[in-house]
Amino acid sequence: MAVCIAVIAKENYPLYIRSVPVQNELKFHYTVHTSLDVVEEKISAVGKAMADQRELYLGLLYPTEDYKVYPSHMIIVYYTPVCIFFLLIENILLYRHTRYGYVTNSKVKFVIVVDSSNTSLRDNEIRSMFRKLHNSFTDVMCNPFYNPGDTIQSKAFDSMVSAMMVQAS
Amino acid sequence: VSWRAGSLPPVMCAGDQSLFTSLYTSLAQQLPKEPMEWRRSYGRAPKMIHLEANFVQFKEELLPKDGNRALLTFPFLHIYWTDCCDTEMYKASVKDDMLRWQSTLRLHGSVDWLIVVVESEAKKKNKTNILPRTSIVDKIRNDFCNKQSDRCVVLSDPLKESSRSQDSWNSFLTKLRTLLLMSFTKNLGRFEDDMRTLREKRTEPGWSFCDYFMVQEELAFVFEMLQQFEDALVQYDELDALFTQYVLNFGAGDGANWLGSFCAPVKRWSGLLLRRPIDMEKRELIQRGEANLLDLRSYLFSRQCTLLIFLQRPWEVTQRALELLHNCVQELRLLEVSVVQGALDCWVFLSCLEVLHRIEGCCDRAQLEANCSHTVGLWTYATEKLKSLGYLCGLVAEKGPTSEDLNRTVDLLAGLGEERPETVNSLQSPYKKLNEALSSVEAFEKHYLELSQAAMEMYRAIGRMRSSRLIGKSLAEFYMKKGDPERAEGFLDDSLRSYVAEGWSLQVTHTRKQMAECQKLLQQTEDYLQTSALLAGDANLTEEERKHFYQVILTFASQPPTVALSMAAFAQLRQMQFSPPGAVVHVGAALQLELRVRCLMPVAVQVEQLAATLHFSLEQGGARGRAGGTQRRTGQGPQGQGDGVVLFPQGSPLAGAGMGASLPPALELYEMQDRSPSDSSLNSTGVVCKNMHLLLRRHDSSRSSVTFSLLVGLSSDLPPLSTLSVGRVQFVQSHIYPVVQYEVYSQEPQLTIEPLSDNLLAGIPQKVKFTIATGHYSVKKGDALQLSNTDSMPILHSSCCSATILSSTGELVGERALSVQSSEKVTSISLPPTPPYHTLEFQLEVLCHIPPTPFKPDIERLTNGEVRHRPKNHSQADSGMIHIDQKVSIDCPWSIYSTLISLTFYVPFKAKHSILSAGKRKYIQVCLQNVSDTNFHLVDPVLTERQPTIPVELLSFNAKTQQTVCSQQSVFCLWEMRWVKHLPLCLQCAFSASFAPVSASDAHTAFKPYRYEFQLDRTLYSLKAEILPSSGDQHCRTGALCGLEVSITRQAEPSETEGEEEESTEIEGLRTTKLMYEVVDNSSNWAVCGKSTGVVSMPVAASATHRVQMEVMPLFAGHLPFPNIKVFKYLPHSAVPAIQPDTDSCLENDTMSLLDKGLDDQGDTASIRSRGSIHSVGSGEQQRGLPMPRLEPFSPGQVFYWSQGRQVLVLPVTDDHVMEVNVT
Repeated sequence: MAVCIAVIAKENYPLYIRSVPVQNELKFHYTVHTSLDVVEEKISAVGKAMADQRELYLGLLYPTEDYKVYPSHMIIVYYTPVCIFFLLIENILLYRHTRYGYVTNSKVKFVIVVDSSNTSLRDNEIRSMFRKLHNSFTDVMCNPFYNPGDTIQSKAFDSMVSAMMVQAS
Repeated sequence: VSWRAGSLPPVMCAGDQSLFTSLYTSLAQQLPKEPMEWRRSYGRAPKMIHLEANFVQFKEELLPKDGNRALLTFPFLHIYWTDCCDTEMYKASVKDDMLRWQSTLRLHGSVDWLIVVVESEAKKKNKTNILPRTSIVDKIRNDFCNKQSDRCVVLSDPLKESSRSQDSWNSFLTKLRTLLLMSFTKNLGRFEDDMRTLREKRTEPGWSFCDYFMVQEELAFVFEMLQQFEDALVQYDELDALFTQYVLNFGAGDGANWLGSFCAPVKRWSGLLLRRPIDMEKRELIQRGEANLLDLRSYLFSRQCTLLIFLQRPWEVTQRALELLHNCVQELRLLEVSVVQGALDCWVFLSCLEVLHRIEGCCDRAQLEANCSHTVGLWTYATEKLKSLGYLCGLVAEKGPTSEDLNRTVDLLAGLGEERPETVNSLQSPYKKLNEALSSVEAFEKHYLELSQAAMEMYRAIGRMRSSRLIGKSLAEFYMKKGDPERAEGFLDDSLRSYVAEGWSLQVTHTRKQMAECQKLLQQTEDYLQTSALLAGDANLTEEERKHFYQVILTFASQPPTVALSMAAFAQLRQMQFSPPGAVVHVGAALQLELRVRCLMPVAVQVEQLAATLHFSLEQGGARGRAGGTQRRTGQGPQGQGDGVVLFPQGSPLAGAGMGASLPPALELYEMQDRSPSDSSLNSTGVVCKNMHLLLRRHDSSRSSVTFSLLVGLSSDLPPLSTLSVGRVQFVQSHIYPVVQYEVYSQEPQLTIEPLSDNLLAGIPQKVKFTIATGHYSVKKGDALQLSNTDSMPILHSSCCSATILSSTGELVGERALSVQSSEKVTSISLPPTPPYHTLEFQLEVLCHIPPTPFKPDIERLTNGEVRHRPKNHSQADSGMIHIDQKVSIDCPWSIYSTLISLTFYVPFKAKHSILSAGKRKYIQVCLQNVSDTNFHLVDPVLTERQPTIPVELLSFNAKTQQTVCSQQSVFCLWEMRWVKHLPLCLQCAFSASFAPVSASDAHTAFKPYRYEFQLDRTLYSLKAEILPSSGDQHCRTGALCGLEVSITRQAEPSETEGEEEESTEIEGLRTTKLMYEVVDNSSNWAVCGKSTGVVSMPVAASATHRVQMEVMPLFAGHLPFPNIKVFKYLPHSAVPAIQPDTDSCLENDTMSLLDKGLDDQGDTASIRSRGSIHSVGSGEQQRGLPMPRLEPFSPGQVFYWSQGRQVLVLPVTDDHVMEVNVT
C-alpha cells in the first residue's frame, strides 16, 4: 500500500520515517521534506478556523509523477495525563497524485506516500491507514518512557508501519 | 457535423421574408434581454438562462432527416411570419403557403412552430373594407392551431414606438422564449436519453468509445451554444471519468477491444493545443477512431480548458493540467504504450508551457503573481522535464553531446512535427523554446536556468522555501555536471543549511557529499576538510565512504599548510573532571583536569597533540567571600556536581544515528514574557530556546567508538578552547558549552581569633582559637605574633602549647610546639614555619577581668600609644547579659600594621541589693543572678564596708558551704546591719564572692572573684500623711471633701559630703533645699482637689518639718488606701548647665525634665499662693526661663514613707442603698 510513511515533529524534523524500497530512501526523504511546504501552507490557511471546525481538508499536496503523497490533518487535544482525542480531517481524493498527510494538534504531521500506479487505493483505505497510524502513535505517546520529541523507536509502531507497507506489496 | 464556437441555436423562419428581415434586428436584440427559468429533467436544479437564437430562413433541405440526431443544426423552432390582413389574400395565397409549411414540418416531425401575425395601422388604413382584424387571426387559429391557440401570436405595429407595440412585443417575446425552452427541454431530453442508452451498451462488443464520445460531445456543444458552460464541462468530465475507468480496468486486466487503438505507439508529441476553441484535427482523429491516448487526452483537456476559461476558472486549468500530465504519464505506463525515450518529456514540457501561456493570455500580471501557487507546479514540472531532456540529449555533459545524443535529439524534434500556425509568428512559443533548448548546450543552459529561476522565485514568493531549495539543489547538480562548482556552491550551502536546521539527516549527508565534491573542485581546502571530517563521522554513510573521507583528512595532515577545523565533526568532548573536585586552587597548586573525548572517526586516530586554551578572567576579591576562608564553594562544575565532573550534552548530532545536523547549532534564545490576560501585568519572564529539539536530542550512544582520556596539567584559568591536532590538521572546539571554569585564588595572610565556646564569659579563664591562614605568605622560623597586653585581659600562657598545621584542603600536615613569651607589655608567640596556603591553628587561654560594678568610664592608653577605648558595656536586650568588647592589638610578621581584633566577653552575673527593715533592725540583701548559660559554684559571699572607720557591724546569715548557682537562677545573701551610735548618712558596701564553673576540674584554683559595690543612704526625709474628715464629722464620706495633710520632716543633719551633692540655697541665713512633692492616686479612689504638686523649701536642719495641706475627695466607700505621695529633689534651672557635662550621665541619672510641666506649674503656684494654704517659696520667674529646672529622685532609702500602706475608712453618703434586682 504505502511506500513511505513518515511522522514529522512540530519543528519539522522527522520523528519517524520509513520507506520501501530501501534504495529510494533518499528520494522519499526529499519528497516528504518538500511536501512539508504544502502541509504548512494548508495548516496556516485553515489554522484560524481550526478551533470550531472539526474536519479540515488539506487538499492536494505536492504531486509527483511517481508517487501520491497524502497529507491529512488531525486534531489531537491533550488532556491530563495523556488522553488523546482525535478527529479525522476530510481527505478528498480528487486528484490522482496526491500525498496523504495528517497533522495533529500537537503539530505532528503524518505523511503517507503511495505509489501512483497503485490505482486501486480508495480514500477510505487511506483514511483507515491514518487512523491506524494515529492510534499507534498515540500509544507511543502514552508510553511513560517516551520523551515527546524523541525519534520513535517503538517496536509496536514499527511493526504496524511494516504491516501497512507489506499490504501494499 | 460542423460547428463553430459562438454558434447559436437555429430558429427557422418561413413566410414573408421581407417582413421578417425588417424585424430581425430588434428581435435578435430583444430576445436575450430577459432571462427565463429553465426547469430540467432528472432533478437537475432549474436555472435562469438568457436565450439567444440564430434566425435563419426556412429551407426544406436544411431540415434534419429522420433518424439524424444531430443536435447542433437542429432547428429548435419554426416561425411563420405574415402581415396579411386581407381575408381574400389569406385565402388566396397565405393559407396555402402555411399549409405547405405545416406539412413539411409534420413530415420532418417538427412540432415546435409558431405563427406570427404582424399588424400595422398603415396597412389597415389603406384597406378600409377589410374584416375586423381578429378574424384573420381567428381564421389562422381555426385552421392551424386546433388545440394550441397559443401557437399564433399577434405583433402589432412592431416598428412603432408606442406602448401598445411594446406590450405586444413583450408578450411575443415571452411566448417565443417559452416555446424555445420547451423545445430545448424536449429535444435535449430525448437526445440525452438516446445517449444514455448508447452508454449502457458499452459492455457490448463493437461498442466504440469514439462514437460515444462524439455523441456526448454534441450535447456538450449544445450546452456551450446555450452558454451553459457548466453543463458542457460536466459532459467532458463524464467522458474523462469514463475513459479513465476503462484505462484502470485495462490495467487491472479487464481490457476493452476499442482501447486497443489508444495503445498505438506514440508518434507525435507536440503537446497540448489550447489556442483553438476546438482542435478539429484531433477531433477528426477521434472521430475516425485513429486517435491515440495522448490525442484523446489532449483534445479532452483542450475542451475542458476552453470551458473553464469561459467559466473564469483559470486556476483550475493549471491544477487539472498538472494532474492530467501526471496521469497521462502513468496511463501510458499502465497501457504499456511504447514511447520513444524522452518523447513524453517533450510532450509534458510543451504542454506545461502551453497551459502557462494560455493562462497568461487570459489573466493580467497582478492576477498571475497573486496565483503563483497554482502555476508554480507547472513551472517546476517543465523545469524537471527540460532537465531530464538535457541529460538525455547530452546537453549537460561537460564535453557536449555525442553523435548518439544528437541522433536522439533529431528523433525527438521530429516527433514534434511542424509548428502550429497559431504560434508560428510568436517568438516565445513552447515549440520554439524546446527546439532552441535542444539545439545547443548554451541554449539549453539559458532556458533551463530561466525556468529554474522562475520556479524558484515563485516558490520563494509563496513561502515554499523547501521546494525552492530543492530546485536550487538540482540546479547545483547541473552546475556540478557542467564543471562550474562556483555557482553550485551557493545553492548547496543554502540547502545544506536548511536541512541541518530542520534535522533531516539523510538529506544532510547527501548534500554534504555534493558539497565536499564542490569544495574539492574549488580547492577550498579548509572547507573541504571540514566537510570531509563531518562525513567521516557521519553514521549514514557506509564504512568505506567514511574511511575514504577520513583518508582525505590524513592526506592533508601530512602536507604543510596547517588547517584548523571545528572539532565537533571529529571528536566530541564528553566529560571533564577536575581534581580536586571543587576546581578551586590557590596559586602554585596543581589542578588536574581529565578530559574524556569521543572520537567519531571510523578508525583509530593517532592524536599528536592536544592543547587547550584558557581564558583568563580576573575577578577581584570579595564576591566570593574569601574572608570566610572555610566557606569556599565546592563543586564549581556548571551542573553543580560536587565531584568536579562536568558532563557535556551528548546530544550533538555527531553520534548521529539518524539525526543529520553535524554542527551543533547555536542556541537560539528568545525572551519570553508571560502576562496575565486581565491586566497585562507580568506574571513571569524567562528565556525560551527555540531550537531545543536540536540541542536536546538524545541519541543512541551504544555505537562503538573510541573513547580516550587525556590528562592535562593546567596551571592557570578557564578553558574555552581546546585543540586536537592530527598532523597538520588541527581540530578546534571554539567554545565549550556549558562553560567550564576553575578558580585560582591568591589570598592575603589572615589571622582570626575565635572563642571555642559560643560566648566568652568574663571572669574565668577561657580558651580562644588563633587561626592563621597563611595565604601567599610563608611563615619563616622566627616569625612571631606580638600581642599587646592589657590589664583587663591577661593572656594565660603555658609553655606546652602546640599548634597544628593544616593544608588548604584541610588535611593535617603537622603539629609543632609553640613558644609563648610574655614581657610586661607584650606577649610574643613565635610561630612554627608554615608553607603558604596552609592554616595554622593554636589555642591560648585568656581571662577577662570583670570590672567592678557599676562600671566607671575610664580611658586608658594602650602600651603602643593607641587610645584604648573603654570597654563598652551594653545590656543585651535579650539575655540581659552585660558584655565587654575587649580589643586586642596584634602585630603580625607579614604586615607592618597592627591587627586589631575584638573579643566579646559576657559578665555572667548581675547583682542587686536592697535594704529590708524589721522595726528598728535593718538587713541588707544582695541578690546575685546568674545570667549566663553556665552553672557555677559560689563560695564565700562576703559583704564588707569600705569605710571601716564607721562602726557598723554586718552579721552574715549565709551558708558557709559552696553553693551552686544554676543558669538563669539567683542566689540571695542576707546580712543584718547593726550600728553602735548612729548610722552614717551613707554606707559604702562591697559584696564579693568567689565563683567557678561547675564543670571546672580543679575547683580550688578555678575560683575567681566577683565583686559588687554599692552604696546605702540614710533616711533624709520622712513623709507622713494624714487624712482628716471634714470638720464635725467622724469619718470621711464619699463625695465629701477631706483634708490631706502631708508633713515632710528632715531626719538628719547634712554631712559634709552630702552638702555638696544637695542643692541648697541660703535665704536669710537659713540653708534650704527645694523639694517637690506630688500626690498621685493611680487607683482613682481619690479626687485631688486643687493642686496636686508643689515645691517646698526645706531648711537644712534636723527635724525641720514642712506641712502641706490639700483637699481630697474619696470617690468610693470602704477602706481606701492613701493616695501616693512622692518627693523629688528639685534642682533649679541655673544649676542645670553646670551639672550636665556628659549626656550619658544625664540619661543614666534618669532625669525628668520639667519642660512639659512648666506651664502647669506656673498656674499651680499661682493658685497655691492665692489660697495661702501652703508655704511656698515659689520661683515662678525662674521657672519661666529656659533651660527648665529638673527633678531628681532620691536614691532608695533616703525617703521614708510613714503612711505607706495606710488606709482610711470612708463611709458612704447615705446608708440606704438601693439594689435593683431584676427577675426574669
